[in-house]
Amino acid sequence: MNPAPPLVSLLDMKTGRAGRIVEVRSGRGLARRLETMGLRTGSRCVKISGMPLGGPVVVQLGGTRIALGRGMARKVMVEEAKA
Amino acid sequence: MKKPETAARRIVLMGNPNVGKSMIFHRLTGVKVIVSNYPGTSIDYTRGYLKLPSDFTSGGRAAFRRDERIEVIDAPGVYSLEPGSPAEEVAVRLARDADLIVNVVDATNLERNLYLTLQLLELKLPMVVALNLWDETGHVGVAIDPECLARGLGSAVVPTVGVTGEGIRALVDSFAEAAPGRPVTEDPEGRWQAIGRIVGRCQTLSHHHHTFLQRLSDLSVQPLSGLLIAGGVLAGAFAVVRGVGEAIIGHLAEPLFENVLAPLFYRVSSLLGPGTLIHSILIGRLIEGEIDFEQSFGLLTTGLFVPLAMVLPYIFSFYLVLSFLEDFGYLPRLAVLLDNLMHRLGLHGYAIIPNLLGLGCSVPAILATRILESRRQRFIAATLISVAVPCAALQAMIFGLVGARGWQYVGVIYLTLFVVWLGLGLILQLTVPGYSPELIIEIPHYRFPPLKPLARKVRMRVAGFLREAVPIILVGVGVINLLYWLELFDRVADLFAPALTAVLGLPRESLVPILVGFLRKDVAVGMLAPLGLSAKQLVVATTVLAMFFPCIATFAVILRELGWKDLLKSIAVMVAAAILVGGALNLIL
Repeated sequence: MNPAPPLVSLLDMKTGRAGRIVEVRSGRGLARRLETMGLRTGSRCVKISGMPLGGPVVVQLGGTRIALGRGMARKVMVEEAKA
Repeated sequence: MKKPETAARRIVLMGNPNVGKSMIFHRLTGVKVIVSNYPGTSIDYTRGYLKLPSDFTSGGRAAFRRDERIEVIDAPGVYSLEPGSPAEEVAVRLARDADLIVNVVDATNLERNLYLTLQLLELKLPMVVALNLWDETGHVGVAIDPECLARGLGSAVVPTVGVTGEGIRALVDSFAEAAPGRPVTEDPEGRWQAIGRIVGRCQTLSHHHHTFLQRLSDLSVQPLSGLLIAGGVLAGAFAVVRGVGEAIIGHLAEPLFENVLAPLFYRVSSLLGPGTLIHSILIGRLIEGEIDFEQSFGLLTTGLFVPLAMVLPYIFSFYLVLSFLEDFGYLPRLAVLLDNLMHRLGLHGYAIIPNLLGLGCSVPAILATRILESRRQRFIAATLISVAVPCAALQAMIFGLVGARGWQYVGVIYLTLFVVWLGLGLILQLTVPGYSPELIIEIPHYRFPPLKPLARKVRMRVAGFLREAVPIILVGVGVINLLYWLELFDRVADLFAPALTAVLGLPRESLVPILVGFLRKDVAVGMLAPLGLSAKQLVVATTVLAMFFPCIATFAVILRELGWKDLLKSIAVMVAAAILVGGALNLIL
């Protein structure tokens, strides 16, 4: 029924879900910075937690855990793996 | 750039933040540096020297000789060579000037780390790779073939464990094989593909069960369990700091002064004769014919008792706990939990680290504000630290003097400072121009800190207090006694006393301690002891002292880090806040 899997931002993704980053919708500077920390198109990621009330998102990428503010997390688009 | 022949040749340690560069640096040079388990511990570079062993085999492009003395530089951690922050620009400049680059790589996190490695190879300088944290690869289900990696990168690769020193000798020997870097790929966009190929060949991942520490790691960044853990950690930390501090004072420091030193001082006292200038400087006033270590205020009595018996035990216990939390890797989790709160104060979560360091001493705390990206954040953090975060020396004196009147009064002081910290942060967030970026940090693995490096760090910090604070305290007490003798203080006191009494409800004698707060806060609180203040006056005076003005060391570091303009702004905020809050406390209590 659903041919193209819907994209979800890291912010909206549910805690505990895994997926693959397909797009970073930001300016070049931020995209570069995220990329060098391992947050780049093609990376597999697992959302570890999202803090309420405007708090940051924690995501696992390979052996690394990165915490990023929600403004940044909103710009990272993920294709969720099937649960 | 060619350096003069006489200058020592230079090795630069480069790597991502928190991969253990500083520990490798310490192993190579013997220079003691503060090492912690969070990104950004080394905000500046450190230099030291390595003497190559006499059986070192010369060779390689760097062509170091046996017994050669080589300069080693520990560069700040960076994720890439594209200049972004000031720390990165420093690191890039250092890298270009190196005769040999030692690229320290986190073996548990190979793919991400190799991005910088590829960029470093593109500098075409002699380079070797230290595959650090080698002992942890097993725990996280990673197996790496170092020879395969060496072939892929065209550079020597040596597994190392900085904390134990394993592999350090092999690393030094590998300097002889250091070949100039060859770019793995000419196309900058192709770096990640190249890394993917190398990692695919040289690294195998095995499934591994989550260890206890990994589960704890997950729980400590979840909203609910995280807050519970944070509450537990902070309560536990406070209990240990207080328990250990009190135990040392009660069982070691006070008995030493009462039983061993006091008889000695009585002999000095009768030798000098009470009332002479030299007696009042060395021994101070006798209280009902006796030496009172808290009140006599002589150089030998209170001058030694305050730093060694009242403050030092808490300095030790505080840094013991803080160093453990740093090395365990807890602090970045706290940054995640408190990010939301810190944004309301114009900061972000990572600013909790300088603020916590401020509970020890404002000087390293304000230096640590360099981990914050914008100038606005640094100004807000430095101001909050100097106004509302009491240093360990001040807290020790609050425990000692105010605690003796009842712990509820200590509670009032802490609560007041916390409210000021929050309130002032909210105001600064609304009024200070500039921008505050969002949090983005790497969260390190939890590690049980190995004891030796932990002990070394505590020792360094305690030694720092003895070396830097104790002389100021002694000189301060001496000068104060001289000024009292000359009755100079009275004239100053007469000038400001009416305002002091009217607004803060304090007697005129308490003006001098408040002024002495500029020198050392612990001495200043100590000077309140003989004044016979009521508990309420003591609370007001101590709170005002804590907030009023930075001590001279803090003053100097704010000036150096932020410049005159921000220093003056910051001080204006402090003075205004201290008078307002002190006045309010006087009315409410």
